[in-house]
Amino acid sequence: MARSIVQEFTKGLWDEVPPFRLVLGLCPVLAVTKSVENGIGMGVATTFVLVCSNVLVSMLRKVIPAKVRIACFIIIIATFVTVVELVMQAFAYPLFLKLGIFIPLIVVNCIVLGRSEAFASKNGMFRSLLDGLGIGIGFTLSLSALAAVRELLGTGDLTIWEKPIQVFGPSYQPFSFMVEAPGAFVALGLMLCLMNLVGKK
Amino acid sequence: MRDMIKMLLVLTILATLSGWVLAAIRDNTKDRIENQVLEFVKGPAIRSILEEATNDPIIDRFQLKDGDMERTFFVGVMDGAPRAVTFETSGKGYGGDVGLMVGIDVTDNQIMGVGVTTHGETPGMGAKAKTDPSFVAQFRELPLKGPVKVTGDGGSINAISGATITSRAVCSATNDALQIYEKLKPQLTEKLKEFNK
Repeated sequence: MARSIVQEFTKGLWDEVPPFRLVLGLCPVLAVTKSVENGIGMGVATTFVLVCSNVLVSMLRKVIPAKVRIACFIIIIATFVTVVELVMQAFAYPLFLKLGIFIPLIVVNCIVLGRSEAFASKNGMFRSLLDGLGIGIGFTLSLSALAAVRELLGTGDLTIWEKPIQVFGPSYQPFSFMVEAPGAFVALGLMLCLMNLVGKK
Repeated sequence: MRDMIKMLLVLTILATLSGWVLAAIRDNTKDRIENQVLEFVKGPAIRSILEEATNDPIIDRFQLKDGDMERTFFVGVMDGAPRAVTFETSGKGYGGDVGLMVGIDVTDNQIMGVGVTTHGETPGMGAKAKTDPSFVAQFRELPLKGPVKVTGDGGSINAISGATITSRAVCSATNDALQIYEKLKPQLTEKLKEFNK
Protein backbone atom coordinates (compact mmCIF):
# COMPACT_ATOMS: atom_id res chain seq x y z
CA MET A 1 0.00 0.00 0.00
CA ALA A 2 1.57 3.21 -1.11
CA ARG A 3 1.36 6.13 1.26
CA SER A 4 1.36 9.79 0.36
CA ILE A 5 4.27 11.88 1.55
CA VAL A 6 2.13 13.53 4.22
CA GLN A 7 1.05 10.14 5.51
CA GLU A 8 4.68 9.08 5.92
CA PHE A 9 4.98 11.84 8.46
CA THR A 10 1.63 11.58 10.20
CA LYS A 11 1.65 7.81 10.65
CA GLY A 12 4.26 8.22 13.41
CA LEU A 13 1.93 10.50 15.33
CA TRP A 14 -0.98 8.08 15.68
CA ASP A 15 -1.16 4.90 13.58
CA GLU A 16 2.37 3.74 14.39
CA VAL A 17 3.22 5.82 17.45
CA PRO A 18 6.08 3.76 18.95
CA PRO A 19 5.34 3.01 22.61
CA PHE A 20 1.59 2.68 22.27
CA ARG A 21 0.95 1.17 18.86
CA LEU A 22 4.19 -0.63 18.03
CA VAL A 23 4.88 -1.20 21.76
CA LEU A 24 8.59 -0.82 21.05
CA GLY A 25 11.39 0.88 22.93
CA LEU A 26 9.74 0.52 26.31
CA CYS A 27 12.93 0.62 28.38
CA PRO A 28 13.43 4.40 28.20
CA VAL A 29 9.67 4.94 28.16
CA LEU A 30 9.31 3.34 31.57
CA ALA A 31 12.54 4.60 33.04
CA VAL A 32 12.82 8.29 32.22
CA THR A 33 9.19 9.42 32.42
CA LYS A 34 9.45 10.62 36.00
CA SER A 35 9.15 14.23 34.93
CA VAL A 36 7.94 15.97 31.80
CA GLU A 37 11.33 17.59 31.35
CA ASN A 38 13.13 14.23 31.24
CA GLY A 39 10.51 12.90 28.83
CA ILE A 40 11.00 15.78 26.41
CA GLY A 41 14.82 15.60 26.67
CA MET A 42 14.87 11.88 25.94
CA GLY A 43 12.35 12.31 23.11
CA VAL A 44 14.35 15.06 21.42
CA ALA A 45 17.59 13.07 21.69
CA THR A 46 15.95 10.01 20.19
CA THR A 47 14.33 12.07 17.42
CA PHE A 48 17.69 13.50 16.43
CA VAL A 49 19.25 10.04 16.24
CA LEU A 50 16.25 8.65 14.35
CA VAL A 51 16.20 11.40 11.74
CA CYS A 52 19.96 11.42 11.15
CA SER A 53 20.35 7.65 11.01
CA ASN A 54 17.29 7.27 8.79
CA VAL A 55 18.64 9.82 6.30
CA LEU A 56 22.13 8.35 6.26
CA VAL A 57 20.97 4.76 6.01
CA SER A 58 18.67 5.65 3.15
CA MET A 59 21.48 7.54 1.37
CA LEU A 60 23.81 4.56 1.70
CA ARG A 61 21.21 1.85 1.13
CA LYS A 62 22.56 0.94 -2.31
CA VAL A 63 26.16 0.83 -1.09
CA ILE A 64 25.69 -1.25 2.05
CA PRO A 65 25.95 -4.98 1.32
CA ALA A 66 22.94 -6.91 2.61
CA LYS A 67 25.00 -9.32 4.69
CA VAL A 68 26.57 -6.67 6.89
CA ARG A 69 23.69 -4.20 6.88
CA ILE A 70 22.91 -4.54 10.60
CA ALA A 71 26.54 -3.89 11.52
CA CYS A 72 26.56 -0.81 9.29
CA PHE A 73 23.29 0.48 10.76
CA ILE A 74 24.63 0.05 14.28
CA ILE A 75 27.82 1.97 13.43
CA ILE A 76 25.73 4.82 12.03
CA ILE A 77 23.32 4.84 14.97
CA ALA A 78 26.07 4.58 17.58
CA THR A 79 27.90 7.50 15.98
CA PHE A 80 24.87 9.77 16.23
CA VAL A 81 24.13 8.63 19.79
CA THR A 82 27.66 9.54 20.83
CA VAL A 83 27.24 12.91 19.13
CA VAL A 84 24.06 13.50 21.17
CA GLU A 85 25.82 12.39 24.34
CA LEU A 86 28.76 14.74 23.86
CA VAL A 87 26.60 17.68 22.85
CA MET A 88 24.26 17.14 25.78
CA GLN A 89 27.19 16.99 28.20
CA ALA A 90 28.57 20.20 26.78
CA PHE A 91 25.36 22.21 26.65
CA ALA A 92 22.75 20.61 28.93
CA TYR A 93 24.71 18.94 31.69
CA PRO A 94 21.92 18.86 34.32
CA LEU A 95 19.67 17.03 31.87
CA PHE A 96 22.50 14.62 31.07
CA LEU A 97 22.89 13.88 34.79
CA LYS A 98 19.20 13.01 35.03
CA LEU A 99 18.98 10.86 31.90
CA GLY A 100 22.34 9.24 32.62
CA ILE A 101 22.76 5.77 31.17
CA PHE A 102 19.62 6.02 29.03
CA ILE A 103 21.30 8.29 26.49
CA PRO A 104 23.95 5.73 25.45
CA LEU A 105 21.20 3.11 25.52
CA ILE A 106 19.48 4.79 22.57
CA VAL A 107 21.89 2.71 20.48
CA VAL A 108 19.98 -0.44 21.35
CA ASN A 109 16.55 1.17 21.20
CA CYS A 110 14.66 -1.05 18.80
CA ILE A 111 12.68 1.86 17.38
CA VAL A 112 15.83 3.33 15.85
CA LEU A 113 17.22 0.11 14.42
CA GLY A 114 13.70 -0.93 13.48
CA ARG A 115 13.14 2.17 11.36
CA SER A 116 16.53 1.77 9.64
CA GLU A 117 15.88 -1.86 8.84
CA ALA A 118 12.19 -1.72 8.02
CA PHE A 119 11.93 1.66 6.37
CA ALA A 120 15.06 3.64 5.55
CA SER A 121 16.87 0.74 3.87
CA LYS A 122 14.00 0.41 1.39
CA ASN A 123 12.88 3.99 0.81
CA GLY A 124 14.24 7.26 -0.54
CA MET A 125 15.92 9.93 1.50
CA PHE A 126 13.06 12.39 1.74
CA ARG A 127 10.54 9.78 2.80
CA SER A 128 12.98 8.40 5.35
CA LEU A 129 13.48 11.86 6.76
CA LEU A 130 9.73 12.34 7.18
CA ASP A 131 9.37 8.86 8.63
CA GLY A 132 12.10 9.50 11.21
CA LEU A 133 10.67 12.90 12.06
CA GLY A 134 7.13 11.55 12.44
CA ILE A 135 8.13 8.57 14.58
CA GLY A 136 10.48 10.76 16.62
CA ILE A 137 7.86 13.41 17.33
CA GLY A 138 5.33 10.70 18.12
CA PHE A 139 7.82 9.17 20.55
CA THR A 140 8.50 12.54 22.19
CA LEU A 141 4.79 13.27 22.56
CA SER A 142 4.12 9.81 24.03
CA LEU A 143 6.95 10.21 26.53
CA SER A 144 5.74 13.67 27.51
CA ALA A 145 2.15 12.51 27.87
CA LEU A 146 3.10 9.53 30.00
CA ALA A 147 5.49 11.65 32.06
CA ALA A 148 2.81 14.30 32.55
CA VAL A 149 0.34 11.74 33.90
CA ARG A 150 2.92 10.22 36.22
CA GLU A 151 4.36 13.48 37.47
CA LEU A 152 0.99 15.12 37.93
CA LEU A 153 -0.41 12.28 40.01
CA GLY A 154 2.88 11.42 41.69
CA THR A 155 3.97 14.88 42.79
CA GLY A 156 1.22 17.31 41.85
CA ASP A 157 3.73 19.34 39.82
CA LEU A 158 4.79 19.61 36.20
CA THR A 159 8.47 20.32 35.60
CA ILE A 160 9.46 22.21 32.49
CA TRP A 161 12.91 23.81 32.23
CA GLU A 162 13.79 23.06 35.84
CA LYS A 163 10.81 25.04 37.14
CA PRO A 164 8.16 22.89 38.82
CA ILE A 165 4.68 24.28 38.29
CA GLN A 166 2.22 23.38 41.01
CA VAL A 167 -0.92 22.28 39.26
CA PHE A 168 -3.00 20.88 42.07
CA GLY A 169 -1.92 23.45 44.64
CA PRO A 170 -0.03 22.95 47.89
CA SER A 171 -2.79 20.95 49.61
CA TYR A 172 -2.43 18.02 47.17
CA GLN A 173 -1.20 14.84 48.80
CA PRO A 174 1.27 13.28 46.30
CA PHE A 175 0.43 9.77 45.15
CA SER A 176 4.11 8.93 44.97
CA PHE A 177 3.50 5.38 43.74
CA MET A 178 3.14 6.88 40.26
CA VAL A 179 6.71 8.18 40.08
CA GLU A 180 8.12 4.84 41.30
CA ALA A 181 8.98 2.13 38.78
CA PRO A 182 5.79 0.05 39.21
CA GLY A 183 3.72 3.18 38.64
CA ALA A 184 5.28 3.41 35.19
CA PHE A 185 3.81 0.05 34.21
CA VAL A 186 0.39 0.95 35.56
CA ALA A 187 0.38 4.33 33.81
CA LEU A 188 1.58 2.79 30.54
CA GLY A 189 -1.07 0.07 30.78
CA LEU A 190 -3.84 2.56 31.39
CA MET A 191 -2.69 4.76 28.51
CA LEU A 192 -2.48 1.77 26.15
CA CYS A 193 -6.00 0.84 27.19
CA LEU A 194 -7.21 4.36 26.54
CA MET A 195 -5.49 4.51 23.14
CA ASN A 196 -7.07 1.22 22.11
CA LEU A 197 -10.48 2.35 23.29
CA VAL A 198 -10.28 5.59 21.30
CA GLY A 199 -8.77 3.92 18.25
CA LYS A 200 -11.28 1.08 18.11
CA LYS A 201 -13.21 0.98 14.89
CA MET B 1 35.04 -12.94 -3.37
CA ARG B 2 33.96 -9.55 -4.69
CA ASP B 3 31.17 -9.47 -2.09
CA MET B 4 33.66 -10.21 0.60
CA ILE B 5 35.91 -7.32 -0.39
CA LYS B 6 32.96 -4.99 -0.68
CA MET B 7 31.73 -5.91 2.77
CA LEU B 8 35.14 -5.30 4.27
CA LEU B 9 35.56 -2.06 2.42
CA VAL B 10 32.17 -0.59 3.34
CA LEU B 11 32.45 -1.49 7.00
CA THR B 12 36.01 -0.20 7.25
CA ILE B 13 35.18 3.09 5.59
CA LEU B 14 32.08 3.58 7.73
CA ALA B 15 33.91 2.82 10.96
CA THR B 16 36.81 5.08 10.02
CA LEU B 17 34.54 7.97 9.11
CA SER B 18 32.58 7.51 12.30
CA GLY B 19 35.75 7.52 14.38
CA TRP B 20 36.97 10.62 12.62
CA VAL B 21 33.72 12.55 13.11
CA LEU B 22 33.50 11.58 16.79
CA ALA B 23 37.11 12.51 17.46
CA ALA B 24 36.52 15.92 15.91
CA ILE B 25 33.41 16.54 17.99
CA ARG B 26 35.09 15.32 21.14
CA ASP B 27 38.01 17.65 20.58
CA ASN B 28 35.69 20.58 20.16
CA THR B 29 33.53 19.89 23.20
CA LYS B 30 36.22 18.66 25.59
CA ASP B 31 36.88 21.96 27.37
CA ARG B 32 33.22 22.80 27.61
CA ILE B 33 32.37 19.42 29.09
CA GLU B 34 35.17 19.75 31.63
CA ASN B 35 33.81 23.14 32.65
CA GLN B 36 30.27 21.80 32.87
CA VAL B 37 31.35 18.92 35.08
CA LEU B 38 33.18 21.33 37.38
CA GLU B 39 30.25 23.71 37.37
CA PHE B 40 27.54 21.20 38.19
CA VAL B 41 29.35 18.58 40.27
CA LYS B 42 31.89 20.63 42.19
CA GLY B 43 30.52 24.13 41.52
CA PRO B 44 27.77 24.23 44.16
CA ALA B 45 30.20 23.23 46.92
CA ILE B 46 32.90 25.66 45.75
CA ARG B 47 30.47 28.55 45.50
CA SER B 48 28.94 27.91 48.91
CA ILE B 49 32.41 27.99 50.48
CA LEU B 50 33.65 31.02 48.55
CA GLU B 51 30.37 32.92 48.79
CA GLU B 52 32.03 36.31 49.10
CA ALA B 53 34.55 35.81 46.30
CA THR B 54 34.57 38.53 43.67
CA ASN B 55 36.11 36.29 41.00
CA ASP B 56 34.87 33.09 39.40
CA PRO B 57 36.76 30.35 41.27
CA ILE B 58 36.03 27.81 38.54
CA ILE B 59 37.79 29.90 35.92
CA ASP B 60 40.63 30.87 38.30
CA ARG B 61 41.86 27.37 38.88
CA PHE B 62 45.31 25.85 38.63
CA GLN B 63 46.91 22.48 39.09
CA LEU B 64 49.78 21.44 41.29
CA LYS B 65 51.65 18.18 41.52
CA ASP B 66 51.17 16.29 44.79
CA GLY B 67 53.39 13.24 44.49
CA ASP B 68 52.11 11.44 41.37
CA MET B 69 48.76 13.18 41.57
CA GLU B 70 47.59 16.36 39.93
CA ARG B 71 45.36 18.35 42.23
CA THR B 72 43.14 21.17 41.08
CA PHE B 73 42.90 24.26 43.25
CA PHE B 74 40.18 26.87 43.01
CA VAL B 75 41.08 30.37 44.13
CA GLY B 76 38.74 32.77 45.88
CA VAL B 77 39.67 36.44 45.52
CA MET B 78 38.19 38.76 48.15
CA ASP B 79 38.87 42.48 48.46
CA GLY B 80 41.30 42.31 45.56
CA ALA B 81 43.58 39.72 47.14
CA PRO B 82 43.59 35.93 46.96
CA ARG B 83 42.00 34.95 50.24
CA ALA B 84 41.22 31.24 49.98
CA VAL B 85 41.94 28.06 48.07
CA THR B 86 39.56 25.15 47.81
CA PHE B 87 40.39 21.66 46.64
CA GLU B 88 38.85 18.24 46.78
CA THR B 89 39.71 15.26 48.95
CA SER B 90 37.74 12.18 49.88
CA GLY B 91 37.01 9.94 52.84
CA LYS B 92 35.60 6.43 53.13
CA GLY B 93 31.88 6.67 53.76
CA TYR B 94 29.13 4.13 54.24
CA GLY B 95 28.46 3.80 50.52
CA GLY B 96 31.86 4.41 48.95
CA ASP B 97 33.99 7.53 48.82
CA VAL B 98 32.61 10.83 50.01
CA GLY B 99 34.08 13.65 47.95
CA LEU B 100 34.68 16.78 49.95
CA MET B 101 35.59 20.27 48.80
CA VAL B 102 37.66 21.97 51.48
CA GLY B 103 38.25 25.71 51.53
CA ILE B 104 41.25 27.10 53.38
CA ASP B 105 41.50 30.72 54.38
CA VAL B 106 45.15 31.52 53.71
CA THR B 107 45.06 34.93 55.39
CA ASP B 108 43.52 33.93 58.72
CA ASN B 109 44.92 30.39 58.62
CA GLN B 110 41.67 28.62 59.29
CA ILE B 111 39.14 26.49 57.48
CA MET B 112 36.83 28.68 55.45
CA GLY B 113 34.27 25.95 54.90
CA VAL B 114 33.70 22.50 53.49
CA GLY B 115 31.08 21.07 51.15
CA VAL B 116 30.25 17.55 49.99
CA THR B 117 30.47 17.05 46.20
CA THR B 118 29.87 13.39 45.36
CA HIS B 119 28.69 10.59 47.62
CA GLY B 120 26.75 7.34 47.73
CA GLU B 121 25.33 7.71 51.24
CA THR B 122 21.82 6.73 52.33
CA PRO B 123 19.20 9.37 51.48
CA GLY B 124 17.81 10.95 54.63
CA MET B 125 20.73 9.69 56.73
CA GLY B 126 24.30 10.10 55.51
CA ALA B 127 23.16 12.15 52.54
CA LYS B 128 22.36 14.92 55.02
CA ALA B 129 26.06 15.70 54.98
CA LYS B 130 25.32 17.29 51.61
CA THR B 131 21.73 18.46 52.06
CA ASP B 132 21.79 19.77 55.62
CA PRO B 133 23.94 22.92 55.75
CA SER B 134 24.11 22.93 59.56
CA PHE B 135 26.45 19.92 59.59
CA VAL B 136 29.16 21.35 57.34
CA ALA B 137 28.71 24.76 58.98
CA GLN B 138 30.46 23.31 62.05
CA PHE B 139 33.71 23.14 60.08
CA ARG B 140 33.80 26.86 59.46
CA GLU B 141 36.65 28.78 61.09
CA LEU B 142 38.26 25.69 62.63
CA PRO B 143 42.03 26.13 63.09
CA LEU B 144 44.35 24.42 60.62
CA LYS B 145 46.18 22.48 63.33
CA GLY B 146 43.61 19.70 63.36
CA PRO B 147 42.87 16.92 63.60
CA VAL B 148 39.13 17.42 63.17
CA LYS B 149 37.07 14.76 64.99
CA VAL B 150 33.46 14.01 65.86
CA THR B 151 32.44 14.41 69.52
CA GLY B 152 32.36 10.63 70.01
CA ASP B 153 36.07 10.47 69.14
CA GLY B 154 36.92 13.38 71.41
CA GLY B 155 36.53 16.16 68.86
CA SER B 156 34.18 19.09 68.42
CA ILE B 157 32.00 18.06 65.49
CA ASN B 158 28.48 16.87 66.27
CA ALA B 159 27.93 13.83 64.04
CA ILE B 160 24.77 13.54 61.97
CA SER B 161 22.48 11.29 64.01
CA GLY B 162 22.45 7.79 62.56
CA ALA B 163 25.34 8.56 60.23
CA THR B 164 28.53 8.46 62.28
CA ILE B 165 30.44 6.75 59.49
CA THR B 166 29.58 9.53 57.05
CA SER B 167 30.46 12.18 59.62
CA ARG B 168 33.81 10.49 60.23
CA ALA B 169 34.42 10.34 56.47
CA VAL B 170 33.92 14.08 56.21
CA CYS B 171 36.29 14.62 59.14
CA SER B 172 38.99 12.38 57.70
CA ALA B 173 38.68 14.08 54.30
CA THR B 174 39.11 17.42 56.05
CA ASN B 175 42.21 16.14 57.87
CA ASP B 176 43.65 14.88 54.57
CA ALA B 177 43.07 18.31 53.13
CA LEU B 178 44.86 19.98 56.03
CA GLN B 179 47.87 17.72 55.52
CA ILE B 180 47.93 18.35 51.79
CA TYR B 181 47.75 22.07 52.44
CA GLU B 182 50.68 21.92 54.88
CA LYS B 183 52.70 19.94 52.36
CA LEU B 184 51.99 22.15 49.36
CA LYS B 185 51.94 25.46 51.21
CA PRO B 186 55.18 26.88 49.72
CA GLN B 187 54.09 26.15 46.13
CA LEU B 188 50.56 27.39 46.83
CA THR B 189 51.74 30.68 48.29
CA GLU B 190 53.93 31.18 45.23
CA LYS B 191 51.02 30.46 42.88
CA LEU B 192 48.57 32.65 44.77
CA LYS B 193 50.79 35.70 44.29
CA GLU B 194 49.75 35.67 40.64
CA PHE B 195 46.20 36.52 41.67
CA ASN B 196 47.18 39.72 43.47
CA LYS B 197 45.69 42.68 41.71
